Amino acid sequence: MQFFRDVANIAIKYYPDLLRGVGFTLLISLISTVIGLIIGLLAGIIRTAPESKNRFIKTLQRIINIIIAAYVEIFRGTPMMVQAMVIYWGYAFATDGVTLPLVPAGIFIVSINTGAYMAEIVRGGIISIDKGQFEGAAAIGMTHWQTMFHVVIPQVLRNILPSVSNEFVINIKDTSVLNVIGVTELYYFAGIIKRQNFQTFQTYFVVCILYFIMTYTITRLLRLFEKKLAGKDTYVIFGSQTAPEAEIHIDKGGAVPND
Amino acid sequence: MTERNNSHSGPVIELRNLRKRFGDHEVLLDINLSVNRGEVVTIIGSSGSGKSTMLRCINLLETPTSGEILYNGKNIQTEIDSLYRYRARVGMVFQQFNLFNNMTALENCVIGQVKVLKRSRDEARAIAMEYLDKVGMKQFINAKPAQLSGGQKQRVAIARSLSMSPEVMLFDEPTSALDPEMVGEVLSVMKSLAQSGLTMLVVTHEMSFARDVSDRVVFMDKGVIEEDNTPEVIFNHPEKERTREFLARVLGK
Ligand SMILES: Nc1ncnc2c1ncn2[C@@H]1O[C@H](COP(=O)(O)OP(=O)(O)OP(=O)(O)O)[C@@H](O)[C@H]1O
Ligand SMILES: [Mg+2]
Repeated sequence: MQFFRDVANIAIKYYPDLLRGVGFTLLISLISTVIGLIIGLLAGIIRTAPESKNRFIKTLQRIINIIIAAYVEIFRGTPMMVQAMVIYWGYAFATDGVTLPLVPAGIFIVSINTGAYMAEIVRGGIISIDKGQFEGAAAIGMTHWQTMFHVVIPQVLRNILPSVSNEFVINIKDTSVLNVIGVTELYYFAGIIKRQNFQTFQTYFVVCILYFIMTYTITRLLRLFEKKLAGKDTYVIFGSQTAPEAEIHIDKGGAVPND
Repeated sequence: MTERNNSHSGPVIELRNLRKRFGDHEVLLDINLSVNRGEVVTIIGSSGSGKSTMLRCINLLETPTSGEILYNGKNIQTEIDSLYRYRARVGMVFQQFNLFNNMTALENCVIGQVKVLKRSRDEARAIAMEYLDKVGMKQFINAKPAQLSGGQKQRVAIARSLSMSPEVMLFDEPTSALDPEMVGEVLSVMKSLAQSGLTMLVVTHEMSFARDVSDRVVFMDKGVIEEDNTPEVIFNHPEKERTREFLARVLGK
């Protein structure tokens, strides 16, 4: 059949471009998901911090919280394609025509867009950790930051991993909108190929398959990772014979006064 | 031996005219209490009388509305260098254990020592092991909280507090969330701590603990300390009518 021959020809003839496109798509979506997660974590930690007693810091906290809330609303409430245009051309406008390098610009746009979603995901994750653990940490003198870093965030990360995986897969698909500013991801190359061979359907069919392969394999891999992270549900009984440290006893620093 | 402020000879903890309001709900009205070094003070009283709130004010998990809380003679809100170091000196054990779910029993006891007291990991581990052993949980140092029973969790929580070398320990109904068969194991740990000379403030519904282990019993009612006396007086010939009524109710007499 002619159709399959066309498809095969496209794959053979344009595979360097297609692979480059796949590479950039994966690169941009992976880095952006990670940066987005970091943005989300920071936003989550700041937004759940207890109000300071210091009036100045308290005011600052409130202002930052308003900014974060606005950021989340705006980036969730507008299409990423439009965000890409506004940021890219906005920068050019502000700098009298200097444009951002394309791939970093793409990463920047997808990152802050993802960050807005992650902020909400992380906030939900933090709220779902029982209040008792915060108090347990406070009662032994841990600061908010220490509590977050050592106690809360590790649990949140584990709980939100499915949502984070989901964001990654969404990003693989959504980086396609970056072609509006000319980022050389997969969809952009599809446009170039189509303009050379005039086989619009066949070309986008190939691209469609490539997107599906990416999202499908990534989804499976992440699911394996989630399973692994769920961890073992047994523990080793601490025995005195095989473990010499069991015998260590020290006198100093005791809580029990012996005077 | 713990390092401590030996220059101070008065009470370790002193509450002066402590008040706490949540909105317009007055929960603590003018609480005055002092606890001397080595004393075991039990706080009893009906639900909602403000026992937990008083305890939580002492380590500033709640901020007092007015009044003073002195630790070795120093106001903890104005005269103390670090809230975090202070909290390490005043341990707290909760009804719901409040262990860190992502850490093993051992890690639960190590993290605070390393992060707050800046002890080395090795030293912290050794100290944690010592206290986990003391509460009978050495075997379970590698278990996560989800893998432990309530009584075991509470014993780890006690070891976690002890690992911080506290000078005072606050217990807020440490056995109330436990199945009856596990109450004993936790109470016996607390009893041995009391005998070792640790200063303890214990909110409890375990009247036998109040009677047999404590040096003093404080009866709270509707946000005030109604009676503060030896267990002998409180349980045998209380001075206040309300104390008598409360005890009659809980002891089923
Ligand atoms: N964070 C809070 N916000 C508003 N009200 C509170 C808060 N914490 C406690 N209260 C109220 O303060 C009162 C005293 O509560 P508290 O927990 O100190 O009582 P308690 O003596 O410990 O009771 P129980 O024996 O049930 O534990 C209750 O009426 C309670 O509803
Ligand atoms: Mg209570």
